[in-house]
Amino acid sequence: MKVSNTQWKEKLSGKMPENLARELDIYETEIALRKQGKIDERLFAETRLRRGTYGQRYDNGQRYDGTKFQEITYPSGDLTKGPNTMWDAPGMQRIKIPGGGLNADQLETMAELAEEYSDNIAHVTTRQDFQLHYIHIDDTPSLMRRLAAAGITTREACGNSVRNVTACPYAGTCQDEVFDVTPYSHALAKFLLGHPDCQNFGRKFKPAFSGCAQHACGLTNMHDVGFIASTRNENGAQKRGFQMFVGGGLGTVPYMAKLFDSFVPVEEILPLTQAIARVFARLGEKKNRNRARIKFLVHDLGIEKFKELVLEERKTLAPDLRWTDFVKDAEQFVEAPLRQAGEWPSAASEGFQRWLKTNTRAQKQPGYVVVTVALPLGDITANQLRALADIVRRFTKETIRTTIEQNFVIRWVSQNDLPEVYKALEAVGLGDPGAGAIVDIVTCPGTDTCKLGISSSRGLAGELHKRLAEKSYQLDESVQHLHIKISGCFNSCGQHHVADLGFYGVSRKVGGFAVPHFQVVLGGEWEHNAGSYGLPVAAIPSKNIPQVVTRLTERYVADRTHGETFKDFVKRVGKVELKKALEDLAKPPADPSDRSFFSDWGDPREYTLGDMGVGECAGEVVSSIEFDLAAAEREVFEAQVALESGQIEKAGKTAYQSMVHAAKALVKINHQNISDDPGEIVAEFRTRFYDTQKFWDPYAGGKFANYLFDAHQKASQPHTGDSSRYLIDEAQLFIDAAHSCYNKMGTAVGV
Amino acid sequence: MSSPINLQHVNVKLLVKDPESVDLEPLIPVFHSWIRDHVFDELLLDVADYRHVHEGPGVVLIGHQANYSVDNTDNRLGVRYNRKAPLDGTNQDRLTQATRAALTAFQRLEAESGLKGKLRFGGREVEVFINDRLLAPNLAATLEAVKPELQAFLKKLFRDSEYSLSHGADPRGLFAVAVKTSLEFALADLLANLAS
Ligand code: HEM
Ligand code: SF4
Repeated sequence: MKVSNTQWKEKLSGKMPENLARELDIYETEIALRKQGKIDERLFAETRLRRGTYGQRYDNGQRYDGTKFQEITYPSGDLTKGPNTMWDAPGMQRIKIPGGGLNADQLETMAELAEEYSDNIAHVTTRQDFQLHYIHIDDTPSLMRRLAAAGITTREACGNSVRNVTACPYAGTCQDEVFDVTPYSHALAKFLLGHPDCQNFGRKFKPAFSGCAQHACGLTNMHDVGFIASTRNENGAQKRGFQMFVGGGLGTVPYMAKLFDSFVPVEEILPLTQAIARVFARLGEKKNRNRARIKFLVHDLGIEKFKELVLEERKTLAPDLRWTDFVKDAEQFVEAPLRQAGEWPSAASEGFQRWLKTNTRAQKQPGYVVVTVALPLGDITANQLRALADIVRRFTKETIRTTIEQNFVIRWVSQNDLPEVYKALEAVGLGDPGAGAIVDIVTCPGTDTCKLGISSSRGLAGELHKRLAEKSYQLDESVQHLHIKISGCFNSCGQHHVADLGFYGVSRKVGGFAVPHFQVVLGGEWEHNAGSYGLPVAAIPSKNIPQVVTRLTERYVADRTHGETFKDFVKRVGKVELKKALEDLAKPPADPSDRSFFSDWGDPREYTLGDMGVGECAGEVVSSIEFDLAAAEREVFEAQVALESGQIEKAGKTAYQSMVHAAKALVKINHQNISDDPGEIVAEFRTRFYDTQKFWDPYAGGKFANYLFDAHQKASQPHTGDSSRYLIDEAQLFIDAAHSCYNKMGTAVGV
Repeated sequence: MSSPINLQHVNVKLLVKDPESVDLEPLIPVFHSWIRDHVFDELLLDVADYRHVHEGPGVVLIGHQANYSVDNTDNRLGVRYNRKAPLDGTNQDRLTQATRAALTAFQRLEAESGLKGKLRFGGREVEVFINDRLLAPNLAATLEAVKPELQAFLKKLFRDSEYSLSHGADPRGLFAVAVKTSLEFALADLLANLAS
């Protein structure tokens, strides 16, 4: 839309790397061809996605205004940039930042782009990327050219490709690391970018690096491929390598990565990843997106078989100089400070003290610290970005990185400079304490901008942030360090599975109206590179979630035994007990005239699921279904309790039954006499809800129904710990989907 | 008179009175109702809430042709119109269009019952930005080049009354001028001046 769009190409000619310049010319041509109808919309959608250009909420040309749906008539008329995605609709641009590393010029470029093409906000994501929202597609070539001139590409930031290679932001400074993983993560990112073996995946592929096993920083357990630094003694010398993991991932049902090899020498990490990519491209699911991540392939084949195939593949690869030509430099790689090492500041104001305590971390290099700049909801303005650029130029050799907690870290700050750094940050509102603490909430975009959002994760995060910041100094020390993570739906972009207090958006019907809810997810662990995944305990109306936080944290403070972590506390007290403690909050408001529950945080419109896309579910609404679904939900919870007490078989069976009962609840709407026979229920469900697509999620399609079909098919097989766990998650999602389906039936009747 | 610079993507920000007393939360339902009721000819799409950000864009009504916001950039709270779509016509036409849009939006906000009369025009301060660095880099040379155009426009807007004009110095920022009048104006007066 910018008048200057025609001029950037010439203006930046010679300043962009040649290959990127060429790619962007091609992209611009593709845009022109799409406008002339010469490229199919599906193809164009994948083209732009691979360049990080995503759709955004309301881009299907309709929006719920609080009382009714309204058509949005965009000036470009029927022109689309993908199926059901209007050309003029604002979109999101993701910008890949390998390992989160930036320099000052790049911060300034980001500021310019946020101001000129977006709404003056740049957003840091949970995978160290940036996102700009409300971008017009016609502006994207200029935006990308300006990034290219600053040495940044958006290539493969979305789509079925190798996504940003993330790395621990403390790498090179951390006292606990085995060695600095930075150069290795960069080598892998560079090697895989645009690699021909990575162009034919059924789904995205996310690599991550961590310098040690015990801390969270790399979250390698939840990645498609994860590397943890490791050394071994070879002929008296320390040899560098990595513990290599494969097949982890969040998403609807989270999978823990499996150990692929306990020591892969650094020379082998690129070829082995290439071999993994080839096996994934060849054998990974392509048609059914919902089973296309590598985690399913690893699970289905078993890690041993998978490894065998990869090692076979490895043998067939033609040698490539790039596999090893970085190795020597990588060993020499060090970042340098700008200023001399200094002393820890002595006298200081209370605010400064608090900040020092939560927002600095001593480096292994004496006299230096890493400073964390906490961003509320991951958001930062153009002016703040420029101020950060000034700060990193003044105090460091521009050593700044984004983090997976949606913050920045400034590395190599001399302790002498801390008072000045604090002053400079505070002057632009970036000096808040509480980094990595309970106030530092992580959230996905949710219903603000994401098409798939069910509840307002950012609205909730904003509200919790406000409340917790107000009283944060009174909070008990043990609560200060808890992690809250929120996703707007089951897709878990906010990483709620690895939080102490995790939440993901679901909807429930109350008194005939849809009410935004969040599932409360407990038992997850952020430490140990995402050491364990939490499970949902109860669905609570959005507006009651702040009370959930208060209640659970107060209970923890009151009941915890000495030194007990929140995760251990949840385990000891038990989910049954904690669920009970939340029971009254799960109920609708006693006063039916209280309409506040029917809208979400930060969004006064009466709530609807309709903005996700119009569902196909329509039919007669029978309220007994609510009881039936609640009963199914109770069962899945019982399954969880059984799993935790080691009753694996019972857990699996109960989870399966809960799905059958939820399916029966739906079938009963038009077929009151359905029997209790699972076979009949599943068959009826298939014809009435699956074949007719009534049960389909607007985006996940038939995924949740397939959970039932798979479980039914395997009903007589014995369960393992893993399989029961997956089944419990699947059952919960199936029941959530049954609620959504039922909600949409109501919406359809009401409209 | 025409400047060698094409003044597109004009932003106009009208500073509010007593910014400390303004609560931005009630703006959210107001902006949603503007979308619902199609209050402008422009296509209005969404509401973005950035109240949590320090000296940030506040609450933004996202539109196709333009965004409207109550913006707190530089700790200066004001009603801002950010023209995104290009416009034909002269530089004077474009300055007029953006200013009129900002004034009209502010008038509407002043009248919104949900805001309880708290959001009022300060009467004396206006900022003008060009949201495109390629067209108008934030340099002294740009100021020199656009000054005649700007002066002509401000003369009309303020009916020959006195004003001071300052220019933001950071070359990395958007091209921006801040205007402060010695007399106080009401929104309706300024709209009438533009129409005359
Ligand atoms: C089928 C749809 C989607 C699935 C299954 C999905 C899943 C995920 C998962 C599992 C993560 C984070 C954890 C990880 O690294 O494994 C993630 C990251 C993220 N997702 Fe999604 N997501 C989907 C669509 C979206 C959409 C539509 C948006 C918003 C427009 C979005 C925004 C994000 C953000 C902001 C992150 C952190 C990101 C990054 O830089 O890669 N996701 N997604
Ligand atoms: S978790 Fe759901 S709502 Fe949040 S960004 Fe991912 S897909 Fe969107």
